Amino acid sequence: MTQQIFAYITHKNGAADDSAFELVMAAKKIDPAAAVTAIVCGAGAELDAVCAAMSGVYPQVWKVSNPALAYPNAEILRGVLVNILPAGAVTLVPHDTFGMDLSPGLSIKLNAAFVPDVVAIEGMDGANLKAVRQEFGGQVSTHIRCDVSAGAVLNVRSGCFLSDDSKASGTVVDKSGQAGDCKAKRRFLETVVAEVGDVDITKSDVLVSVGRGIEDQDNIGIAQELADTIGAVVSCSRPIVDAKWLEKARQVGTSGKTVKPKVYIALGISGSFQHLGGIKGNPFMVAINKNPKAPIFQVADIGIVTDLLEFVPELTEKIKEMK
Amino acid sequence: MEILVCVKRVPDTAENEIVVNSKGTDIERGDLVYSVNEWDNYAVEEAIQIRDNAGGSVTVVTVGDGDAEEILRREMAMGADKGILLSDDAFNGSDGRGIAAILKAEIAKGKYDLILTGAQADDGAAQVGGMLAAMLDMPYASLVNKIEIISDKVIKVGREIEGGNQEMSEIDLPCVLSIQTGINEPRYVGIRGIRKVASIEIPVHGAADLGVAADSVGAAGAKVKRADYFVPAMGEGAEMLEGSSDEIAEKLIELLKSKGGIK
Amino acid sequence: METALISPAKAWVLGFIPTMFFSIIIPIIGVVCFTYIIAKRTAPLVRSKPDPRLNSVPERLANMFKFAFGQYRQPRYMMAGVLHIVLFAGFMILSLRSITLVILGLKDGFILPGLGGAAGQVYSVLKDIAATAVFLACVVGMVRRGVFRPERYDVPKKYGKDHTSEAVFVLMLITTLVTCDMIFEGTQAAAQMQKGLHPEFLLPGMGAWMAAGILSGANLSVLQNLHLGSFFLHNLVFFFFLCFLPLGKHFHVITSIPNVFLMKLKKGTIKPVQWGVDEAKLDELKSFGVKKFEDFTWKHMLDFYSCADCGRCSDQCPANAVKRPLSPRFISIKCRDYAFKNYPIRGEMTPKDEHLIGSILSEDEIWSCTTCGACEAECPIFIEYIDKIVDLRRGMVDEGLVPQSLQKPLKALEKRGNPWGKMEKKRAEWTKTLPETCDVKLFENGDEARTLYFVDSITSYDDRMQNIARSTAILLSAAGEDFGILGKDEKDSGNEIRRFGEEMLFQDIKSHNTDAILGTGVTKIITADPHAFNTLKNEYTGLPPVEHISQTITRSIRDGKIRLKPVEDETKVYTYHDPCYLGRHNGIYEDPRQALDAIPGLKRVDMLKSRDRSFCCGGGGLMLFYEPEEEQRMGVMRVKMASQAGANVIVTACPFCLVNMEDAIKVAGLEGKMEAVDLCELIEMHLQTM
Repeated sequence: MTQQIFAYITHKNGAADDSAFELVMAAKKIDPAAAVTAIVCGAGAELDAVCAAMSGVYPQVWKVSNPALAYPNAEILRGVLVNILPAGAVTLVPHDTFGMDLSPGLSIKLNAAFVPDVVAIEGMDGANLKAVRQEFGGQVSTHIRCDVSAGAVLNVRSGCFLSDDSKASGTVVDKSGQAGDCKAKRRFLETVVAEVGDVDITKSDVLVSVGRGIEDQDNIGIAQELADTIGAVVSCSRPIVDAKWLEKARQVGTSGKTVKPKVYIALGISGSFQHLGGIKGNPFMVAINKNPKAPIFQVADIGIVTDLLEFVPELTEKIKEMK
Repeated sequence: MEILVCVKRVPDTAENEIVVNSKGTDIERGDLVYSVNEWDNYAVEEAIQIRDNAGGSVTVVTVGDGDAEEILRREMAMGADKGILLSDDAFNGSDGRGIAAILKAEIAKGKYDLILTGAQADDGAAQVGGMLAAMLDMPYASLVNKIEIISDKVIKVGREIEGGNQEMSEIDLPCVLSIQTGINEPRYVGIRGIRKVASIEIPVHGAADLGVAADSVGAAGAKVKRADYFVPAMGEGAEMLEGSSDEIAEKLIELLKSKGGIK
Repeated sequence: METALISPAKAWVLGFIPTMFFSIIIPIIGVVCFTYIIAKRTAPLVRSKPDPRLNSVPERLANMFKFAFGQYRQPRYMMAGVLHIVLFAGFMILSLRSITLVILGLKDGFILPGLGGAAGQVYSVLKDIAATAVFLACVVGMVRRGVFRPERYDVPKKYGKDHTSEAVFVLMLITTLVTCDMIFEGTQAAAQMQKGLHPEFLLPGMGAWMAAGILSGANLSVLQNLHLGSFFLHNLVFFFFLCFLPLGKHFHVITSIPNVFLMKLKKGTIKPVQWGVDEAKLDELKSFGVKKFEDFTWKHMLDFYSCADCGRCSDQCPANAVKRPLSPRFISIKCRDYAFKNYPIRGEMTPKDEHLIGSILSEDEIWSCTTCGACEAECPIFIEYIDKIVDLRRGMVDEGLVPQSLQKPLKALEKRGNPWGKMEKKRAEWTKTLPETCDVKLFENGDEARTLYFVDSITSYDDRMQNIARSTAILLSAAGEDFGILGKDEKDSGNEIRRFGEEMLFQDIKSHNTDAILGTGVTKIITADPHAFNTLKNEYTGLPPVEHISQTITRSIRDGKIRLKPVEDETKVYTYHDPCYLGRHNGIYEDPRQALDAIPGLKRVDMLKSRDRSFCCGGGGLMLFYEPEEEQRMGVMRVKMASQAGANVIVTACPFCLVNMEDAIKVAGLEGKMEAVDLCELIEMHLQTM
């Protein structure tokens, strides 16, 4: 492939997001020989730190520094990228709340193709990129053919590509001069931090997480009892919070908390990518679900197809006896 | 405030298993029922509430075939003032960019201060809103879970971002916003409401009406095409425990113990 | 007859005012005020919605004699009931005396026609007893309300001020009335004796007799003044009382007898959206249900006026018991106060064009009702609640005010005919696991049969409840019924859709099911779901007779078509939980019990709250989806009641009850100690194969 491949690096507090290490792998699925360029935008010492770290992963790092970029406002960054990206570029962006904000419009401005939420890349077929996406909440997958000859923006789902641990010694190129005026009609004001509940699910090594399959608020007690018995903390998926059965601080997922437990027991969770996006660190995952086709079984280590309302109390009882 | 909400008719898949047809070209749709995309419904509710407070009107628009009229009526029964159906054989097979181009052509014919879409629909792409904004050269915010009207020039929006946090921004009008669920509590629409708006004329605009070149949209203009549908292999990663619940529980306890899951 | 004291018709005050003047002026002012007040009170009724209530007059009269004059429901609460019966009977007897007294002020020696001679003497004695009994009842009542303060009468803060003072005040008025009469009579008798004249007979031990005794030593002028004073105080209090009644909860003294006469006669039904508007013309109505106060029917307003604040409805209400934000009593009280405020006695009438929901009622309050009917079964004067709740829900549905948790099932019902949105073609899937000996015909396949088994949604789709369907099918086979099911042509019966206020959806579903059922040509319908039973029987029209499976079972046992084998586990004690829609709404209490008792060796106990006082399991249909604010589940309370009754098996005859009971057993931590089973399942387990 003749086109240049770029990876947009999201970062916070001077550290690159996990996705930075995945995008480079995704790029290699497109073209194993590609020299991928990381684009890091921001300001100050934090930016320099991220650029330095990325030069150990990417053969080339483009740095864009501007005080206006201290907070990643997609409306400003889209203009920056339009200014610095060469024609026909293939740009990889993490499919997170930033990428969802940035990329669709970016593809239009670049007159490039756009593939959102890519879960797998199967290489090229002529000018066509072969990728896999999911539809209907992950129940069905689809093979995508995308003509990337005029450039493309690909939003890549986190956790779908293994992190790259190969080393590089890249050069950092300062592209700040080409960034443009860094102004937008949307101005960032502040971040309202979600209320912290009485439990910090991010601190627990073992999580018992409940989803829609728990059926009723009263049944949450079943999960709580299991958690108490094994010394775990109860977390949940978004529908449980929407139903106000548990507080927001217990929600795992892209719109909730990101957790890194050692063991994750998913009770009645179907396994949407928004939920799985909040689970990092590759925990030992047990999924208990009535529906044998629940997507969670694709990512779990251990799957049990059963009615959790019956099984979990039995399990708890057995553990208690054993103790 | 003149508000346009872009909506989509999608199959209701929450309670029903999705089955891919024998050729793998589509899902089995025969036994599915359709309704308005959940995110879009929140967007329409938000538009109605803004209109009720700030005045103006709410128009709902969709790209689809004749069946899509049903969801326009539902949203009109909810309180939208007007519905527009964008329908043409040439639109079939459009990718996200094609849909955005069709919508853009319709929007260019009117004057809207605020354009809302749902954050995503059945295909989980979350793309049309952002594309539309770029085509219209309007500012955009995705995953909006709060809207506060400041003036007729500027509004304040909250975006749902990682960690359950909310990113607050000011955004100039006109703009495009994609709406996240939970921003409000959509009102109920019953059969009676739909019947009340059953006789209201819904204009249908085709490619020619919109001045859209037939080969720039639809399958012909699509840069992204689906090759097939498939159900991912089951339990790729998971080792499925089977047997009596007693046996399963014992096996599971062993595993949990070895992984440090029981303290 | 010569009398010792000057009578009120002939006396003078201050030497120049004839007391006759007061005898004339007090009644005139009293009657004028009363007429004016009543006219004001009827103002909202005039602006209300129609409500035809004058059909079936003989039945209404019979109800009036039984429940109003007969006070039939009063002793359900023994203490308060007996007190009320004493007061009511006393009132009936003393009203004649009070009228006589008013006229006595104008015409000396007046006797009501028919109360002369012996009849008069009997009446006089009776009246003495009544006055004394009323006096005592009032004293007991005041002590009870003022000192013991039964919890039932408490007014939680959110509902306003305590009502005790009003109650005690009225009891004092009544006490004053009867005391005045005693003194009036007593002074006369004392004076007669002092003058050596023959006194009228006073029953020893009664109030007047005691007054005579106490006053026998008083001098004549004191007696004369007391005689006249008590007379006019009586008249003054009498007319004051009359005018005071329509100002508060004692309006029931006037309105409850007509309210009972005008009661709802057809149980198990919900009132039409608007009386006089045909179902086919509902589309033409501008608005649905009750939104503002004047959207209530006049009878429902009369209900508000008639509420005596006795608190029995709320005492029986399961929603109130689990601390949901609903208390039927305060629906009435709040609406009555609202009417009084907007239609005041003095000042301008200010009917408001505001929604009751959000002003005096809340959404959660109205959604909290399970329509179990416990309140209506208890109200001594037949105040209706379910129709009002449903009318208020219709108003909310029309405005789109439906909780998110209910929107999904409602939409699924519209699209798929069941609240889970499951596929129509899977509705008959439960038949696949039936034993080969049991053949269920499917009308959708063109099969023919004489009887339709109407399965309804939960029994068709829910994994656990499908077992009820299988048991029902096996029982019907065993009983030799030639039956079939509608399969995908069956939609939800709609009982709850209607009760949740989505009338148009109910009408659609009803007409679909009616066509489907009539298309089969069956001559009988059997269902095991009381909710389906209720609506098919009472709200669908033109269908063949509908029977609940418990009736079929009992009949088949009686006819010898089904024989049952003895219980195996003798340690089991069974109790039968009456489903609301089988019991209270349709009066079927005995069939299921007889069916149980037909199992040889089965030990059965009744819970304290059973039959028409059965305690709702938590509600069926859409109620399963609603997420109420409550402190505990109704089902949990219910399984504890079963436990207290000494039972370890709860038998019910409704799939929703079974869902709720099985859940509640888990929540209550009674697993292993308590189980729940459906009547069909239990009978099927004990089928004697022949």
